[in-house]
Amino acid sequence: MSALIQAKHLHKIYRDNHAVNNVSIELQRGEILGLLGPNGAGKSSCLQMLCGVLAPSEGEIIINGADLLDNPNQAKQSIGYLPDKPPLYPELTVDEYLNYAARLRRVKKSAINNLRTQAIQHCGLEGYNQRLIGNLSKGYQQRVGIAQAIIHQPEIIILDEPTVGLDPIQMVEIRKLILELGEQHGIILSTHILPEVQAVCNRVQMLHRGKSVFNKKMQELKQTDSATLRLQQATDLEAIKKLPGVDSAKQSAEHRYLIFGRQLSESLADISRYCVENNWGLLELCPLENNLEQIFLNLTSGEESTGEEKTSEDTHNNEQAA
Amino acid sequence: MILHIALRELRSLFLSPLAWIILGVVQGIMAWKFLGFIDYYFTIQAELINIKDAPGVTDLVIAPLFDFSKVLLLIISPLITMRLLSEEKQNGSLKLLLSSPVSMTEIVLGKYLGALLFFSIVILIIGIMPLSLLSSTNLDMGKFASGMLGQFLTIAAFTSLGLYMSSLSSQPVNAAAGTFGLLIIFFIINIAGNATTEGNNFFNYISITYHSIQMLRGIVNTADIAYFILFSLGFILLSIRQLDSQRLQS
Repeated sequence: MSALIQAKHLHKIYRDNHAVNNVSIELQRGEILGLLGPNGAGKSSCLQMLCGVLAPSEGEIIINGADLLDNPNQAKQSIGYLPDKPPLYPELTVDEYLNYAARLRRVKKSAINNLRTQAIQHCGLEGYNQRLIGNLSKGYQQRVGIAQAIIHQPEIIILDEPTVGLDPIQMVEIRKLILELGEQHGIILSTHILPEVQAVCNRVQMLHRGKSVFNKKMQELKQTDSATLRLQQATDLEAIKKLPGVDSAKQSAEHRYLIFGRQLSESLADISRYCVENNWGLLELCPLENNLEQIFLNLTSGEESTGEEKTSEDTHNNEQAA
Repeated sequence: MILHIALRELRSLFLSPLAWIILGVVQGIMAWKFLGFIDYYFTIQAELINIKDAPGVTDLVIAPLFDFSKVLLLIISPLITMRLLSEEKQNGSLKLLLSSPVSMTEIVLGKYLGALLFFSIVILIIGIMPLSLLSSTNLDMGKFASGMLGQFLTIAAFTSLGLYMSSLSSQPVNAAAGTFGLLIIFFIINIAGNATTEGNNFFNYISITYHSIQMLRGIVNTADIAYFILFSLGFILLSIRQLDSQRLQS
């Protein structure tokens, strides 16, 4: 079975800002992918490109076997999208709005009533059918936004920060809803709330300054041990990769490294001994056990975080974001 | 699909007080003007009897009424068209349309048709008023029909320009100001055509007034119809292009 979404080498260049830089996203059936990143990392731009709201400057997007650029109508048929701000018409009632949303997705007239009832049930909107959207609270507006995205039972649901601005109880409810939906659909969800990703996603991809810096299954994340290594002496990254039990390494900041290895926890003693024997000035060796937050911070903070080339524009954007 | 978008647009219009206010205000002003023209007709009726081939009620009441209504339409049309796309951009609902399996052409045509349906209602209620004269006199229905056609084509052109302005800005007020300014220019640009005696047919040719005036006299000219269709089509195409380029750029 082919992937639901296959987006390859996406680029989005705004006038003076390379917002999305060579990001590839894949989504399989039954997968809930969490797209993580600090503000301005390019999450929304990525999602908008996947939905056809924005055209990518470069790259290819295949949605459920249909090319989004060549065959947009067929591709968009299998997408339900909730933007960062729910796309509502405050003057319509919930029913009227959902009918309209279904019509836009080319749902047959005879099927609309049935699907609308299901979507309303899913999102806990029973009893709100005749209420004006403008009069609903933010949490309920968000639910209407989600109902709109699932009414045509798309195979792919794309949610851009679905729990922003909700109270903790609503957040839990929405997460439960996402988990429920994830059983039958493929879901991409963007957020900068880490516990949310840990609670609902089964794969996580991190973006930082428009680049994809991390992409792992939650399961792998739990299995794979990683550790931070801080040395007093500048050391070649290649040398660090040769440490016992280390499969790969990344420089996260000056003299700071992230090391990964399948059996890392068993090799930690060897590593510390190796560092001391080679006079690298071992300051810190800290195992990270499936700690998403640590990975996130290590990847996104620090100047040389991605270990890739940096342009003056990037620095500028970073300053703005700060 | 175009129809669904258009009907949603029309429904939202009538759910806001704006549409009702506009209908009420237009009807009130037009009724006042209508009475004024009838009154004028009564005062000169006695003299008309002595004139051979004197102008009739249609020429003295309906034609000036329709001529005046164009000015009123010019004032109200930006109020309606300004929201068409800029409001959707402003409150983010355009993303619903863009992520749906709907082409840009369908979106723009749906919006255009929605506004045009509303304006059709406006010109219909303006048109029904003089028809009340049928109970006491004969009207030249041919002239009436060509007058109505003129009204419709004029407002179709206004709407397309308003739609394009709305596609440019995410602030409805900016769209309204732009539409208002451009419409007035298209309305009065033929003054230059009239001022110079010859060689300036160009200004006449691009003026809305010049092309709509003939229809009030009962002359339906293909060139005039073509002007309005091209005008509307041109701005609709520009709107589609504008939205497309925003999808690529912004």
